[in-house]
Amino acid sequence: MKFGRSIGLFALASLAAAAVVGPRIATADDTVTLSLTLKDHKFDPAEVHAPAGVPIEFHVKNQNGIVSEFESSDLHFEKIVPNGSEAVVHVRPQQPGRYNFYDDFHHETQGFLVVP
Amino acid sequence: MLAALLIVFREVFEAGLIVGIVMAVTAGVPGRGLWVFGGVAAGVLGACVVALFTGGLSELFGGNGQEIFNASILGFAVLMLTWHNVWMARHGREMAAELRAAGEAVVEGSKSLAALGVVVAIAVLREGSEVVLFLYGVAAAQGGASIAMVFGGLIGLVLGSLVCLATYLGLVTIPTRYLFGVTSALIALLAAGMAAQAIAFLEQANILTALDETVWDTSWLLSDSSYLGRALHTLIGYVDQPTAMQLIVYAATLAVIVVLMKLFASPTAHRPHVAAAE
Repeated sequence: MKFGRSIGLFALASLAAAAVVGPRIATADDTVTLSLTLKDHKFDPAEVHAPAGVPIEFHVKNQNGIVSEFESSDLHFEKIVPNGSEAVVHVRPQQPGRYNFYDDFHHETQGFLVVP
Repeated sequence: MLAALLIVFREVFEAGLIVGIVMAVTAGVPGRGLWVFGGVAAGVLGACVVALFTGGLSELFGGNGQEIFNASILGFAVLMLTWHNVWMARHGREMAAELRAAGEAVVEGSKSLAALGVVVAIAVLREGSEVVLFLYGVAAAQGGASIAMVFGGLIGLVLGSLVCLATYLGLVTIPTRYLFGVTSALIALLAAGMAAQAIAFLEQANILTALDETVWDTSWLLSDSSYLGRALHTLIGYVDQPTAMQLIVYAATLAVIVVLMKLFASPTAHRPHVAAAE
């Protein structure tokens, strides 16, 4: 009985939390799309540019012949990219700077995002 | 060999912190070994399954399958941790007092153990699937598993397990009187950190874009990709550049857990009478 009541309360609490922090659908017309290809354990291009203050969308094609993990600690994302597939990663708007991204499974594979 | 060692160590280290806490939280509860090891075994099996189906998983939900999967299992772990803490607030003190004698308390206690077993399984699954994919990738590139890779992986596994052991041994030196309070706080912070991490995945998938501005940047002080940063990220959800939404969800999760613990606290628990000798 107590178990049931506590589960009920959880559901209520989660609903309340969801209502408070409810998701908003992105309009994102100003999003910049950056396309990259992973081949022979290199990013092509190895350096990409995006304006400051706009959302960024990375499209990464993996043609390494092996699974990769597209990751950046500077930009706070990580995503497994199976061989032969294309992954999309969304990055929040950035301040000017030079940001590093890499293949976490093959650290020799490095690239940069430059925000002027 | 070094790459295999580092990546295995890093992932085992992160899962090991959580397993170590769960071991300390359940110290002295009969049958906990079965649940913890069951959780690890289920996590390893789950990691292999997830690694095997990564291609299919990635393509789900318009390419956001990984993010939604990660956010969902993290959310589930948050529920399990919350439930455990609330349950302990209600029964923890009775248990500490009468556990060894009362068969009923053991049966009741196993519900809470099951919740923590699930948390262990989720932690191992998340970190383990990366290890499986990485090692598979290396093996495939070399045309087979090399001795160096297996050796590196094993050293990583042993070193990572030592972190788990150190976490456990460190926590159980805390006197029993304080252990309940300390572990409840650790579990609540762990849950809040996981909730914030789930938000990060939803932000990465562009499912959640509200309040996504960075509130502060402490990467100059402690980067969350350093080992200390990673440990704090796993333990209390440290992020060097949190978004407003992550902070709100972090605080809300903590608040919900504290309020529920107070609401369900055992009526006799206002003055703990747990034997000091315990």
